[in-house]
Amino acid sequence: MSPPVPSKILTDDVSLLMVLIDSNPHFWSSIKPHFSFSKFLSHVLAFLNSILLLNQLNQVVVIATGINSCGYVFDSSSGSVSQRAESLLPKLEEFAENDESLSERDDDSGNGVGSSLLSGSLSMALCYIQRVFRSGPLHPQPRIICLHGSPDGPGQYVAIMNSIFSAQRSMVPIDSCVIGIQHSAFLQQASYITGGVYLKPQQLDGLFQYLATVFATDLHSRNFLQLPKPVGVDFRASCFCHKNTIDMGFICSVCLSIFCKHQKKCSTCGSIFGQAQTRDPSASQQRK
Amino acid sequence: MADKQQQVVVKRARHKSSVKDPGTPGVLKMTKDRFTFMANDPSSPVKLNVEFRTIKGHKFTKDGTKQALLNLTQDQGGNYIFEFENFPDRNVCKDFVASAIALSGEAGRTVPEKSAVPIQDEQLSAAEMERRIKLLQEDSDLQKLHKQFVIGGILSEAEFWATRKKLLEQNYSRRPKQRVALKNDMWSTKPLADGQSNRVTFNLTPEIILQIFAEKPAVRQAYLNFVPNKMTEKEFWTKYSRAEYLHSTKNVIAAAAEAAEDEELAVFLKQDDMLVNEARKKIRQVDPTLDMEADEGDDYMHLPIQDHGLPRNDNKDVLDSQYEPYRRSFSQHLNQHAAVVLQGRVIDVELGDTRSVAEALARTKHAELAKDASDVYLDKERLERISRMTEIEDLQAPRDPAVAPLSIKDPRDYFDSQQANAFSTLGDTVSGAKQLKCSVSTREAYCSLKECISEIKFQGLTEPTINSEVAFKVLNGLAQNISSNKYHLGRNPNESILDSLPKITREELLLHWSSIQELLKHFWSSYPITTKYLLTKATKLKDAMSQIYPKLQEIKESVQSDLRHQVSLLVQPMLQSSVFMDQAFCCRL
Repeated sequence: MSPPVPSKILTDDVSLLMVLIDSNPHFWSSIKPHFSFSKFLSHVLAFLNSILLLNQLNQVVVIATGINSCGYVFDSSSGSVSQRAESLLPKLEEFAENDESLSERDDDSGNGVGSSLLSGSLSMALCYIQRVFRSGPLHPQPRIICLHGSPDGPGQYVAIMNSIFSAQRSMVPIDSCVIGIQHSAFLQQASYITGGVYLKPQQLDGLFQYLATVFATDLHSRNFLQLPKPVGVDFRASCFCHKNTIDMGFICSVCLSIFCKHQKKCSTCGSIFGQAQTRDPSASQQRK
Repeated sequence: MADKQQQVVVKRARHKSSVKDPGTPGVLKMTKDRFTFMANDPSSPVKLNVEFRTIKGHKFTKDGTKQALLNLTQDQGGNYIFEFENFPDRNVCKDFVASAIALSGEAGRTVPEKSAVPIQDEQLSAAEMERRIKLLQEDSDLQKLHKQFVIGGILSEAEFWATRKKLLEQNYSRRPKQRVALKNDMWSTKPLADGQSNRVTFNLTPEIILQIFAEKPAVRQAYLNFVPNKMTEKEFWTKYSRAEYLHSTKNVIAAAAEAAEDEELAVFLKQDDMLVNEARKKIRQVDPTLDMEADEGDDYMHLPIQDHGLPRNDNKDVLDSQYEPYRRSFSQHLNQHAAVVLQGRVIDVELGDTRSVAEALARTKHAELAKDASDVYLDKERLERISRMTEIEDLQAPRDPAVAPLSIKDPRDYFDSQQANAFSTLGDTVSGAKQLKCSVSTREAYCSLKECISEIKFQGLTEPTINSEVAFKVLNGLAQNISSNKYHLGRNPNESILDSLPKITREELLLHWSSIQELLKHFWSSYPITTKYLLTKATKLKDAMSQIYPKLQEIKESVQSDLRHQVSLLVQPMLQSSVFMDQAFCCRL
């Protein structure tokens, strides 16, 4: 892996940045008139290079989020010399090929943009970070930044929440930069719970400026910098049975799984729910 | 308290308007809440009937003076002076008055609570009542709830306290507050020397004796050994004082001479061996990585002649070694004294009996010694500490990464749900989500993606990456966003709407919230309604809840207009709960 870092130079602001790039082709083709993938890439590459310039010991790892798979496309610490971000391009191309080959059939329907595998790339990022943690007592401070645009897939709710909680436990902040049209409830929750920054840029052609101003700040400096905060967080959950987003439902009192309809038995933990005692459905709770 | 005393005191007394006034003789009768005075002469205008509630204090002359006076003072400045025939009479009255004043003072405060704690069906012991009253006095929120429900007749006493047993128990076993520490002033060895005669008087109080025993284990041991076998306590202390006097004169030779004569005195004059051992033991417990060359001098006692670096006159130093044991150093004494004071009180014995104090101290010290001796783990602990302090990081095995602890959030953090806010920002875009259609097939989509990538590969990054005007706009936008958020949400991102309300409103809202919770708890616990008692209880709870409803509306109206929307969001779940309760109650049949 990387050569051992001498202790004297590892200052407070050395960071390990895990960048999750949304490579959902449906999303990019739907947004084409406003913002193209190539412009997006140019902003992101400039940003990655500047991160590597900020500190000699900074590390950047890029993971591409496709619709069928996720993969590592760039690791700045691989190889003997720190690489420039442009070297991710061939790998990204490869990844796109691979992802395409995994598509089941030629989907001509094209109504609505599918969601990309955010949960997969979050998990991969967290695994990489865990490996860094175990590599020795001295390591840069990791954080994750999601450049995401695809809509949320309610089916990934459970997996994403699990990744968020493990990120919270390992004290890894998840920053979100949403380049799509709508806000992402999952990423809002992720940033809120882990203490990261959530931002939806108003002007996408100024993306580099947003990235450099807000997301390039290392964790140590965030203690005394004021970063933009979202006005509110959407705490809605998806039900476990149909994966619909709901705000009022039933909750199993044993494992806290969420259901939209009254069930006889909890599908997660198997506990059997008793008969409702009164007319008033006392099992219904309002989820905030 | 008042049980032990008499209920009524009747004494002959004279009522005086001032100290010099001869006074009118009569009979003074005192009961717990008032006193009356009837003059012997029926035609006299002096007739008093005063409640103790108005009496704030009492003064009296000392025993043995010319008059036995008792002066009862009132708040507004009036006073009643009574002269008694003899001092015992006066003292009885004085004690009675003192307790009566105390009782009436308390009664003024506790009357509302006492009437609010009616002994209904339960057999409450006085201790239990006291506990409850104390708990109510300490926790004002609890007191408000109690007042609202129990005094309002909605809940009964037993039900209210049923879920709070834990609170009561906690309160009960709480230890008393601060205790007085040992005095820091060292027993002055400058005794009261009477200029005329050759007498020197030493004053020994039980406090001082305790400190002497704590500081000088040899003296304590000597006390246990000598008294009462060889000498009385008074003799013991006389000898001790003599030793102190000799030390204070710094006449080492005289000290040696007297020690040679009197064996017991010698004990006080010589070095304290027990102290020496204790000091040695303490040294051994110091952090092992601190490089200390421990030698004989490290026990406070055996010090080089140069007293801790303080220079002395050289000509005095050449003394015979036989006088060495009788030399005492002030700094040693000061160190030992400081150590004892900082340790504080180790025993809880009454200070009156000297012997028991000495024994208790001896016991504590023995226990400590025994514990140390039998502590097999002491050495092991030392080794562990050494290894911990001297660890070499490179040779350590990798440790598990640090993890954040489980954080159970206070439900009050989510009290003001920002969900509605999020909705308002999402609302316009939720519909927008459906508009994002991808009319391209998958293959085409992938194609365009790959094209974009190769475009960059061949053309490189655009120059400049970003237009300067755009960058400027972005920075402005961000700055505005941050400052407006600060304005609306406050500096602290977690600052809630509750904090921006005026304090009274906030308190009221929180009180309503906790009362609603209490009502709901009791309401649902009484389901299913099977008995008449439960029915009445549920009805009462429902009515109480419906009373809160208009109060909440009032609060909503009273708030400033810009906060009104957020406050109504806060209040909404509370209103809903009252509606639900109504519905549930109606549906029960």
